[in-house]
Amino acid sequence: MNLPLLSLTIWLPIIGGLWVIFAGSKVHSQASRNDALVISVATFVLSLMLYQGFDNSTAAMQFVERVPWIPQFGINYAVGIDGFALPLILLTTFTTVFVVLAAWEVIQERVSLYMGSFLVLEGLMVGVFSALDAILFYVFWEAMLIPMFLAIGIWGGPRRVYATIKFFLYTFLGSVFMLVALLYLYFKGGTFEIAGLHDAMLTLTEQKWIFFAFFLAFAVKIPMWPVHTWLPDAHVEAPTGGSVILAAIMLKMGGYGFIRFSLPITPDGANALDWLIILLSLVAVVYIGFVAIVQQDMKKLIAYSSISHMGFVTLGFFVGFQIFAKTQDWGGAAMGLEGGMVQMISHGLVSAALFLCVGVVYDRMHSRMISDYGGVVNKMPVFAAFMLLFAMANCGLPGTSGFVGEFLVILSVFQANFWYAFFAALTLILGAAYTLWMYKRVIFGAVANDNVQTLTDVNGREKFILAVLAVSVLALGLYPAPLLEMMQPSVSELVAHISQSKIP
Amino acid sequence: MSDIGLVIPEASLTTLACLVLMVDVFRGGRTWLITFWAGVLSVLLVLLTITVWFPIQSSTAFYQTVQIDVMSAVLKAFVLVMVMMSFFYAKEYFEQQARAIPEFFVLALFATLGMMVLISAGSLVTVYLGLELLSLSLYAMVAMDRDSVKASEAAMKYFILGALASGMLLYGMSMIYGVTGTLDLALIAEQSTADEKTLLLVFGLAFMLTGIAFKLGVAPFHMWVPDVYQGASTPVTLFISSAPKLAAFALAMRVLTEGLSGLVVDWQQMLMILAVLSMAIGNIVAIAQTNIKRMLAYSTVAHMGFLLLGLIAANALGYAGAMFYAIVYSLTSMGAFGAVIVLSRKGQDGEQLSDFAGLSKRSPWIAFLILVLMFSLAGVPPFAGFWAKWFVLKELVGAGYVWLAAVAVFFSIIGAFYYLRVVKLMYFDEPMRHDGLAASSDMRLVFSVNSLAIVALGILPGSLMSVCEKALLAF
Repeated sequence: MNLPLLSLTIWLPIIGGLWVIFAGSKVHSQASRNDALVISVATFVLSLMLYQGFDNSTAAMQFVERVPWIPQFGINYAVGIDGFALPLILLTTFTTVFVVLAAWEVIQERVSLYMGSFLVLEGLMVGVFSALDAILFYVFWEAMLIPMFLAIGIWGGPRRVYATIKFFLYTFLGSVFMLVALLYLYFKGGTFEIAGLHDAMLTLTEQKWIFFAFFLAFAVKIPMWPVHTWLPDAHVEAPTGGSVILAAIMLKMGGYGFIRFSLPITPDGANALDWLIILLSLVAVVYIGFVAIVQQDMKKLIAYSSISHMGFVTLGFFVGFQIFAKTQDWGGAAMGLEGGMVQMISHGLVSAALFLCVGVVYDRMHSRMISDYGGVVNKMPVFAAFMLLFAMANCGLPGTSGFVGEFLVILSVFQANFWYAFFAALTLILGAAYTLWMYKRVIFGAVANDNVQTLTDVNGREKFILAVLAVSVLALGLYPAPLLEMMQPSVSELVAHISQSKIP
Repeated sequence: MSDIGLVIPEASLTTLACLVLMVDVFRGGRTWLITFWAGVLSVLLVLLTITVWFPIQSSTAFYQTVQIDVMSAVLKAFVLVMVMMSFFYAKEYFEQQARAIPEFFVLALFATLGMMVLISAGSLVTVYLGLELLSLSLYAMVAMDRDSVKASEAAMKYFILGALASGMLLYGMSMIYGVTGTLDLALIAEQSTADEKTLLLVFGLAFMLTGIAFKLGVAPFHMWVPDVYQGASTPVTLFISSAPKLAAFALAMRVLTEGLSGLVVDWQQMLMILAVLSMAIGNIVAIAQTNIKRMLAYSTVAHMGFLLLGLIAANALGYAGAMFYAIVYSLTSMGAFGAVIVLSRKGQDGEQLSDFAGLSKRSPWIAFLILVLMFSLAGVPPFAGFWAKWFVLKELVGAGYVWLAAVAVFFSIIGAFYYLRVVKLMYFDEPMRHDGLAASSDMRLVFSVNSLAIVALGILPGSLMSVCEKALLAF
């Protein structure tokens, strides 16, 4: 029998999550936790089956399912995955298991709603990565805001209401203009199928406008400087699980959007406006890197570090046009795209791990302020070792996953312009500066105060989470080939597509 | 079919409404539940006549004063469904307050008759007849709560401004009659083609549009909306905000796209101004409200502005989008006012934003249903409100008004804020009281059905969309 694997991966967590929410109020909260864990692990197993059956040799969409949804307007429930979507889906299902585990003892209030929201969120995110229909994509994209809005608002820190409304309105602002652009494209291309939109012919002016509308939606999500201000607020106030999902997956949706929509639909617009993206990316890398150094709050520091790292992703995605202009070769563009993708996956793992680390000490001390800590290594040696690894990965130390993406991007950027590469490479210094300085102040030194004195080291559950993440970070750093092979055909296909002008 | 055969629904509603009136006179008072059930039964019977004699093609009756087409039948059916649901909400409210006003049901039936006449109007006379029957019933319904100062004030304002608007409408009609020499909408359309446009005709249009804008409640003719919505007792507000919006849509369709189709460029421009103003004023002023009924009133203003965008597209699909919007909005708005009834307790309506505080802890299910309604009003998928906006925007972009679509989505971001605030109150704030809700299990059932319909329409909007498309095939 041919199982609709992809649909199962989308709908199992959504329906399971709703079930956990509505069944949960009647049973003991432990049952909700168990159910959520079972569902998230089952979803992860399903996504592994997708990986198992995935064919690395083709750029075509796989596991395609197509059912008419609103037939009179040609809207289908169409899902499928390629080399860009699969890694991100794996990242999503993988991370959600840890989100559920991380909340095991910490969340005591309204457990069923918490667990359920994150499961629904997981399904919607997988939906975003696998939608082949623009409207289906938009529905998943927007629906995602609802559980996240609740998660930050209910379980967040003291300024959670401000943060969550800001988060919602910012992302809503970005996406509604994307909706208008999609509708416009429908009348140009005659279809809502994303692949069909890729072939629509558009004049340069149209492309610039559409590119700009997409840019708003995706730049807010990534987030790029100067529309990044919601992220530090949302991250700081969100519960640990919320921060992990935000950093590990939600930010990646912006990057995914650039790959799936902006680049292939408006290649000439992207070509004409790539200077803007490159400029904003470099500002994010350098300026936000400096901003991160002076943060007093650990979560805020990691949030700024995320913005800085995501600057690398957009830099890698959009630098290809200038490389081609200089070398007449699209190889550099492919390398930039691959670098950006690897960077996304790696940052997903590393930032999730760092937020979980902060969550571990926050649960014990109820403070995120760096100044409240000091000498943690004396009381929590195992934890300190894990955190050191993740801090190093965040700096881009060779051997960790952080290195691969950054290296590929810098290498490709170098072909375009020396100064781009120079500024981008500053991140190796800045990243080390803010991450390691924070690490030093929190972990090393003498025991700073009585609160630190009472700390106990990580328990078995926490150790398991951190160990699995540590192994993945190292594995991806030492042997990134499976990931690169998975996306290779899709990257070449995309490069071949954007190398052709779509101006009629 | 004979003339009388075509108006069986209207004829039977007239008879039944009079019968219910009699029932109320002789058996009313303490046993008002009889009136209620008689009202529900009447609505069901009329609904049955519509489905039995569902028109396959368009036809006219009584010298073209009445026209029966697919659009009219579909709209009437939805009007009747909404009216029936609002009866159930009203019953609950009356039981809760232990103070019933059985005339509510009689007046509502007459208002329904007015809506049906308006929907089927084929000439300016029937337009006016239907409109006045509807409006006069509504004035009386608002005034029904005679011990309440607010209700009396609201009724007075509604009546005076409504009379003024009717005067404007009549004045416009007289001008159009003066130019074309006929009251028949089809003949007016023949007489007022774009080549024969005169200044007087445009003036007539402007005055009639003022009247229509007043009935729809779009800015700058929206002043009565907040006062009436807040002042009237909640079941009356619920009634006004749901079914009559469908009738107002039909009014705009009959007059603008049938009668004055020659002046399409003129009314498109006028509607643009009205739509943009409504979305701006409605959404921005709603932010400052602390009374939920008043907030929803301003939200209505904004939504009616959005609905007009579908008419601006000026093609069959655009009208279908506007019709879809009207149906979805009526249903959602009914649910939102239904929430106020659900949260009410004896002697006190649940209309302050603070009544919503911490609701998710007191009743997670009801809180979830209200969350659905609020996100639907804000236009967030996967709820029906998103598809309503989507449909209208799509046709607007298709007609070439991309900038207008951008303006519309911009204001809906502002609008999202005050809907989010309700969700924030329910989920993030601590409850101010800790007892359960006073709502009966019947009420919970009706409210659940209402909200879940929004979810169902959000997940599978296709069938209602195609109903709307087929209804407007003739345009």
